[in-house]
Amino acid sequence: MKRAVAVVLLWGSLSGCATTGTLSGDDPLEPVNRAMFAVNEPIEKFVMRPVVTVYTTVTPNIIQTIIGNIFDNIGDLFSGLAGVLQGKFDEAGHDFGRVIINTSFGLGGMIDFASDAGIPRGQQDLGMVLAHYGVGPRPYLFVPLLGPMTARDGVGRAAGSFLSPTQWLNVPTRNVTWGLATIDSMAAGVKMLDTLDTAALDRYAFIRNAYLQRRAYQTGQAPYKTSDDEDLSDLFDEEEK
Amino acid sequence: MIRKWILFIVTAFFAGWACAQSDAPISPDVLVQQTVDEVLTLIKTDPQMQAGNVKRINEVLDEKLIGRFDFRRMTILAMGRNWRDATPDQQKALVDEFKTLLVRTYSKALTQFKNDTIVVKPLRAANDAKDVVVRSEFQRKGDKPIPVDYSLVRANDGQWRCYDIIVGGVSLVTNYRDDFNFRVKETGIDGLIKALADKNRALAP
Repeated sequence: MKRAVAVVLLWGSLSGCATTGTLSGDDPLEPVNRAMFAVNEPIEKFVMRPVVTVYTTVTPNIIQTIIGNIFDNIGDLFSGLAGVLQGKFDEAGHDFGRVIINTSFGLGGMIDFASDAGIPRGQQDLGMVLAHYGVGPRPYLFVPLLGPMTARDGVGRAAGSFLSPTQWLNVPTRNVTWGLATIDSMAAGVKMLDTLDTAALDRYAFIRNAYLQRRAYQTGQAPYKTSDDEDLSDLFDEEEK
Repeated sequence: MIRKWILFIVTAFFAGWACAQSDAPISPDVLVQQTVDEVLTLIKTDPQMQAGNVKRINEVLDEKLIGRFDFRRMTILAMGRNWRDATPDQQKALVDEFKTLLVRTYSKALTQFKNDTIVVKPLRAANDAKDVVVRSEFQRKGDKPIPVDYSLVRANDGQWRCYDIIVGGVSLVTNYRDDFNFRVKETGIDGLIKALADKNRALAP
């Protein structure tokens, strides 16, 4: 984990000041990324999935919900912080409101009262803050265990884990917490991953494109374009003659 | 967070099929809403669908949804400029295989759908528009609503058909384009057709 973060930071520092601009389909580190993706596949298949299956089978649903809520509460805190740093004070207010409600009435984040009260979970993150201040996203990275990210998001995530309240825990507890957080987020995604397997011809490309499109949208950039995009309307006009 | 965006893709496959068509000149947003309601009701009330009965799900797909998509246009968009280089026979094979892939994926995604709601927003477009985007929101308790946009085109027969779904900024069709490009570059158009056919064979129920 530590090493992965260090690698991300290294990549991030190399590229963090890249020029801004629209995303394009290029993936200069594709050979490296595909190698990392290949490393990740067996880990996901033979380690993560069985672990998640065991976790979701033996852990009572109520406990799973509580664990998920606690991590989401930390996520809301960062969402609020990221909102403030981008000047999105309304959204930040909602996020901090959630943290206050869920931490107090929700017993340290175990119960998500704020959602019941109609305040949805925060969506901001530190990668968006970097985007807000003009840091370009490139290059695209695939990191085993952590999944797809741009260098910019990697820096945001590294900063997030550095600032996380879990840093105050002693090392063994922190490692357990990190493992639990990973399992929790995997548990939410396993069935989705199965559907993804069905959809994708080339899983690597499918994940990359979806991720880049999604982040371009979230950071308010021009829509993601594939490398050889062009106006295709003449193709349809030919069709309809 | 790590896997969360995958959810968007899956919702795309679900919500996307809600694109609609009709003989009557109904506006596209109303058609989308009607289809969404029909399918959601079926998912929530049909015991066979809830049990994940593949045969029943495919029946519903055939009956309610398949005719409401413009698979040819979807394939053209996914192919990009490579479409022009394909012979008519290759084009037909591409459309057939891509359609099968999307249908198979969808019937799988359908079993994941539980108590979510889709709200279609009123459309603001000129009456003579031929190409519209109907916006909707996919709502799940505790999460921010996910915007789901449907691109529809009015064909020469006057019917609206859907040709793309954009979920939280992710276009389903664009998502395939790099992949298709890469295959065509490496193995030619026949290679792409073969890859799609192999994939479909592996997924056959």
